[in-house]
Amino acid sequence: MTRLRTLRSRATTASGLLILGLLAAGCTDKSAGAASGGEREGAGDGRSVAVTATDEGCEVSAVTAPQGALTFHVQNAGSEVTEFYLLDSDGLRILGEVENIGPGLTRTLVLTAGAGDYLTACKPGMRGSGVRAAFEVTGTGQDVAPTADDGALVAEATRNYAAYVQDQSAQLLAGTRDFVRAYRAEDDDAARALYPATRVHWERIETVAESFGDLDPKMDLRQADLKPGQRWTGWHRLEKDLWPPAGYDPLSPAQRTAFSEDLLANTRVLDRRVQDLEFSLDQIANGSRGLLDEVATGKVTGEEEAWSHTDLWDFQANLDGARVGYEGVRPVLAGKDGELTATLDRRFAELQTLLDQHRRSEGFVSYERLEDEEVKQLADAVNALSEPLSGLTAAVVS
Amino acid sequence: MRELSRRGLIGAGVGVGLGAAGVGAGVAAGAGGLVAGVARTEPRASSGTRTYPFRGAHQAGIVTPAQDRVHVAAFDVTTFSREDLVALLRRWTEAAERMTRGRPAGPVGPTEGDYDAPPDDTGEALGLPASGLTVTFGFGPGLFGDESGRDRFGLAGRRPAALEELPHFPGDVLDPRRSGGDLVVQACADDPQVAVHAVRNLARLAFGTAGVRWSQLGFGRTSSTTTSQTTPRNLFGFKDGTMNVKAEEGAALVEHVWVGAGDDAGNEADAGWLVGGSYLVARRISMTVEVWDRQSLAEQERVVGRTKGSGAPLSGGTEFSVPDFTLPGRGGPLVPVDSHVAVMHPDRHGGARMLRRGYNFVDGADALGHLDAGLLFLAYVRDPRSGFIPVQQAMSARDALAEYLKVTGSALFAVPPGARAGEFVGQSLFA
Repeated sequence: MTRLRTLRSRATTASGLLILGLLAAGCTDKSAGAASGGEREGAGDGRSVAVTATDEGCEVSAVTAPQGALTFHVQNAGSEVTEFYLLDSDGLRILGEVENIGPGLTRTLVLTAGAGDYLTACKPGMRGSGVRAAFEVTGTGQDVAPTADDGALVAEATRNYAAYVQDQSAQLLAGTRDFVRAYRAEDDDAARALYPATRVHWERIETVAESFGDLDPKMDLRQADLKPGQRWTGWHRLEKDLWPPAGYDPLSPAQRTAFSEDLLANTRVLDRRVQDLEFSLDQIANGSRGLLDEVATGKVTGEEEAWSHTDLWDFQANLDGARVGYEGVRPVLAGKDGELTATLDRRFAELQTLLDQHRRSEGFVSYERLEDEEVKQLADAVNALSEPLSGLTAAVVS
Repeated sequence: MRELSRRGLIGAGVGVGLGAAGVGAGVAAGAGGLVAGVARTEPRASSGTRTYPFRGAHQAGIVTPAQDRVHVAAFDVTTFSREDLVALLRRWTEAAERMTRGRPAGPVGPTEGDYDAPPDDTGEALGLPASGLTVTFGFGPGLFGDESGRDRFGLAGRRPAALEELPHFPGDVLDPRRSGGDLVVQACADDPQVAVHAVRNLARLAFGTAGVRWSQLGFGRTSSTTTSQTTPRNLFGFKDGTMNVKAEEGAALVEHVWVGAGDDAGNEADAGWLVGGSYLVARRISMTVEVWDRQSLAEQERVVGRTKGSGAPLSGGTEFSVPDFTLPGRGGPLVPVDSHVAVMHPDRHGGARMLRRGYNFVDGADALGHLDAGLLFLAYVRDPRSGFIPVQQAMSARDALAEYLKVTGSALFAVPPGARAGEFVGQSLFA
């Protein structure tokens, strides 16, 4: 288990569609002169707008801007927590928002807006409909990336991803039953074969499973991550028993029963919980990146499967899950950023090709058999994919 | 030409061929001071010519304004001879005092000695100014009883109760070759060559009595130890050590940094020698910077609980505003409960504060092509049992930042009070 929580709760808009990515361009939260946005390259083209929110007012430095990527520097000069929205002229549809702006802080909202009439709104105290004003985006005669016309694509992506998670969870439950049966019957050869094959279903949805902070440590904790007084249970407890190191004291039949039934019970709880999950576009995209983070910190280093050394199975499963997430949001991305789409397509394929070199019959070679140079190649390919993948969320939701 | 200062200053600080700034620094060095390490420099002095007195009530290099660079080395004592150990501390004291004045390690110098003998200074600092060098010494638990329980130096009866190996913390993957040690030398300077020169020459003086166990270079201070210094940034790009105890906070230093007269009451051993000293916690904290860099700015700020730009808590205000851990936002408090600031803030630990003087490090790359980067955590506390261990346990257990950290080295040292005129450092321990 790594402890990345890529589904860390994120307050989202009602639509889940139009949460705006924040650009880390050195323009956020400057302590002085923050509203100017002057440091960012490309500022001064009229697409950078300063917003000063107070407890009663919402001062916007311009009432119009040319279409394209707009940047709102929202400074909370009031005493209450505030939010800033860009709304369609009907005042209902949210094009973008920044929330949780503490008093004195400045946040940056970056979004792409086509020509049309909009409303700006500050919401001091996060109450009511806010202090609103008209805001016009003027045409420039150039094409602008589509904005909010992706509703159908988004709905399909989120539906498909929820179905994928449920399917993997069902297969995990079925596989765990078989594994537990073999393990309790002391058919260790069968259990060793089922161990990596079952865990792939966990690893494909690992970022979802890890979002359940109570279950994850019970099911997937590595011995190295144990806290003082913490009871060690779950997959890796059984892994060590099936691939015992020298001097290891094997579990008794009663312990085998207790630990494996505990794992099965927790798997049932997990399966029940994923039935109700809904995913927003940013969660799917973040989950995709998060699975690659898991590869980088646990699998490519061989730290995940300390005794079975089946790390490459997990590697493939994380990659599977990341690719499914990516492919789900890909139609949305393709309409917004063709270059990023092409890069990600290529990098996913390159990493898969590299990983395929280590396939053996039904699975993969032991991590211990990898040469240092091969591990380095895999790590480089993971980085090559992860870096552009980290831009996916901001690209699909802006 | 003996006793020639590297900066060209002689004896009590008469400037030779230097501008006013250099003269000012030189006078300060010659004058000494009651408290070592407090700036004796005129404001106009450049950082290069700045010096800090070696002697005083407390050792220099603790409240001294954090210099830009550090070289820390821990040593294993290789002898059973108490006399040899004392002799080493005398040699170290003399050499450190010379070097902090911008002079060579030995009395002769790198080029002035017997042509048929190796020089008593290694020479790489020749021509360089003192660069604000401070050298701070500490004693590890092993000095008071080794792994086999042997009392090699007759010091078991002087062991402070708090000087125990630190417990294992979750997330610790300690490399024994980067942990522990019987002695420690912390050399801070504004020029890395000066800091390295100090450690190298002290290591040379130790051969036969002590050998280097581990050493760590640090660049880019990550803490400010005076209110006049701006808060610097760690390799996550965030300001670090905002709540640091600062040199100007006299009462806080007494409360949180300096060991007091009654601190070891109840201990059978007589550890009164440590009064006026402190404890140094040294931890090599590796950061997975590549993964961190792929997190959105929003996620990075949620993990830290402060803004990346100004360092203000997410509840609002500016860097030094008191965080409001209850101020609600959408989806929970504005400062998330598992954010670094929410878990680590002194208010959450009975007001426990540390004097940190950590540094960034990058030791090349690992086998996977990831930077071997992180933070050399150096913190001075009055008692690690209340000032560090509970705070670290909370961080290991609940801090969202811990996901990106791996502690690869760890050590604890008792730092004796400053050497007064005619004394060697740590003399009170051997009295």
